[in-house]
Amino acid sequence: MGSPIQAQAGAAPPWWRNRRLIPWLVQVGVGLVVLVLVAFLVGNLVRNLTAAGLLLSWSWIHNPSGFDIAETLLPFNAALPYWRALLAGLVNTVRVVIAGLVGATALGTLMGTASFSSNGLLRRLARIYVEVIRNIPLLLQLVFWYFVVFLQLPNGTAALQLPGVVLAKSGLYLGHTALVNGVWQGSLRFTVEFTALLTGLVVYTGAFIAEVVRGGIAAVPQGQWEAARSLGFSPLQTLQRIVLPQSLPVILPGLNSQYISLAKNSSLAVACGYTDLYSVAETTLNQTGRAVEVVLILLGAYLVIDLLISALMNGLNQLVQIKER
Amino acid sequence: MPMPSSLQRLRRELFATPLDSLISVLLMGGLTAAAAGLLHWALAQAQWLVIQANSTLFAIGRYPLDQQWRLWLLTTLLAAATGITWGLLRAWPRPDRPARLWPRNDVLASGLLALLALLLPAALALTPPLQLRWWGITALMLLARWGAGCWGPRVPGPIRRLLPLAWPVLYLLGMVLINGGLGLMPVPPSQWGGLLLTLIESSFAILLCFPLGILLALGRRSDLPLLRWGSVLYIEFIRGAPLITLLFLGQNILGFLLPGGVAPERVWRAAWVLTVFAAAYVAEAVRSGLAAVPRGQLEAARSLGLPVHQALIHVVLPQALRVALPATVGQFITLLQDTTLLSLIGLLDLLGTARTVMANPAFLGKNAEVYLVLAVLFWCCCAALGLGSRALELRLNPNANVRSTLANAKA
Repeated sequence: MGSPIQAQAGAAPPWWRNRRLIPWLVQVGVGLVVLVLVAFLVGNLVRNLTAAGLLLSWSWIHNPSGFDIAETLLPFNAALPYWRALLAGLVNTVRVVIAGLVGATALGTLMGTASFSSNGLLRRLARIYVEVIRNIPLLLQLVFWYFVVFLQLPNGTAALQLPGVVLAKSGLYLGHTALVNGVWQGSLRFTVEFTALLTGLVVYTGAFIAEVVRGGIAAVPQGQWEAARSLGFSPLQTLQRIVLPQSLPVILPGLNSQYISLAKNSSLAVACGYTDLYSVAETTLNQTGRAVEVVLILLGAYLVIDLLISALMNGLNQLVQIKER
Repeated sequence: MPMPSSLQRLRRELFATPLDSLISVLLMGGLTAAAAGLLHWALAQAQWLVIQANSTLFAIGRYPLDQQWRLWLLTTLLAAATGITWGLLRAWPRPDRPARLWPRNDVLASGLLALLALLLPAALALTPPLQLRWWGITALMLLARWGAGCWGPRVPGPIRRLLPLAWPVLYLLGMVLINGGLGLMPVPPSQWGGLLLTLIESSFAILLCFPLGILLALGRRSDLPLLRWGSVLYIEFIRGAPLITLLFLGQNILGFLLPGGVAPERVWRAAWVLTVFAAAYVAEAVRSGLAAVPRGQLEAARSLGLPVHQALIHVVLPQALRVALPATVGQFITLLQDTTLLSLIGLLDLLGTARTVMANPAFLGKNAEVYLVLAVLFWCCCAALGLGSRALELRLNPNANVRSTLANAKA
């Protein structure tokens, strides 16, 4: 078995044993295969699209859309072009994502810290919440919230009322609320579709964020709690001033991926009847048949949202890094 | 006066401080009210007829009536194989502890299975012949488990090593039974539905995304720039897009990408999209496992003369996959849950079937009952996968094995 070493010492190895050449050959081989495959697929795409008369073009985006969107922040009507419809959908997506991020962070932090409570019942409830929510598909939860909870709400005087908050089948009213002719009015109104989607996203993502927060808090050494308590901090103060700041560098990367998945999951809005970007894109495709363009818009939009969240979280991450000399 | 220890513990857990007591009382009140409300609804108000009348639809969709014997046969085979595997796993000695034929958990699980087989068909109001079949299948499984436990130690070594192969063979056989072919009448995928479709899609995607994910993870850590950047591009592209847009892409564009008529059936298109999607996430899980293996392992294997692929297969990957196991199974669980998205592109998986059932005027407005049952079903499947993953993790953990062997030696 010693012969290869002797052979190597004597003469240069044959080319198929050349350590520098082989990797390059492998790469060129793989590259060629991929290139041929891509050329094949793109060739088919162009041929099939030409045959169907759907070759890549963006002129349709200026045609009037002809459909309406139930709730928009930007003014929109059926006479406006497709790009306005898609923009309105994007704004709706961004709206629910931002609200969802805030809500899920609050709920997740609450539940994550609750699993360190001195109260056994609270601790176990926090665990049960996480285990129940994580093992049920989000889409199922969304349709449950929408059809079973929010669409069964009463209207009129029977609606759920708290000071400054009214929850009825016609929507969620905040601020100054009043019942006018059996219809609720408020300074701020959210449709029941938006509220159902938001609730579903917050409850679902909250469970994952609770796990991230729990992991982050568990990573802080026990001595930190004890030291703070012995200096006279209350449990809440200890959490707020000592433990959470130290666990943030551990928590933030995990939060980042949960935020991104929340943004992507918001595309399930169609199950709640909320008109987000995906839902507008689906209608657009059904009307125009422009599959490739619509998919490109969708992929691009979600990629930009993901990148924005990542950039924001990376900036935050640098802020909370523990500064050492 | 000294209190009993259980009372002391209760006091420490629930009533340690006034604030704790307040929280406990409020929570207990809320929980009692919620439980009472749910119980009242489930027993008095809910109409479970929607589940009972549609149980076949939920289980297998519109699979032709005269071909359903194939599914019964498959279920029977699966039950027998599960029983045998279970019994053999208990009968053969393990490195960490001596073989024990009937550990306490197994007795518990068997009892639970028998109870489920007795109660569930009755609760679903199945016809007596169907009830009898389920009892028979459960009895067969428990009998196979008992038999394999008794006879397992006498199985000769070579057969022992071949036995795990029964599972892939059974999987392929199952596909033939479901799909038809080899002399059986073909049943087109458009007639599969309910739990059957959900299980086919998720098992197909899980089986294929795992090797694909490993390859991508290795590619991402490769020294060759083209492989590395190719893998990175693929993984980041897939992870940047919501699954629903990819399913949308699969349904609407795949037909354009392939020469006319070659594009697979819609069910298989969705299965491939699920596979391709999950592979990117599995790749990230495996990559974290690879990162946990010290560089010296590969170098040591190489310096012992192993070629790169052997070093990877025999030295690096076994260690990496063990570390990556929890995250990988987590991805499988997500994948199982993600099959519900098929209902959004018009396929009749469990949720899609549920939607068609509730569109039936006879069952209009029975959302709560149907969604609750689906939620319980998914919860049980996902929780079982999670439990299995934890058990496997313990079993594969070399430190735990060493520790328990030491404990055994001491005892």
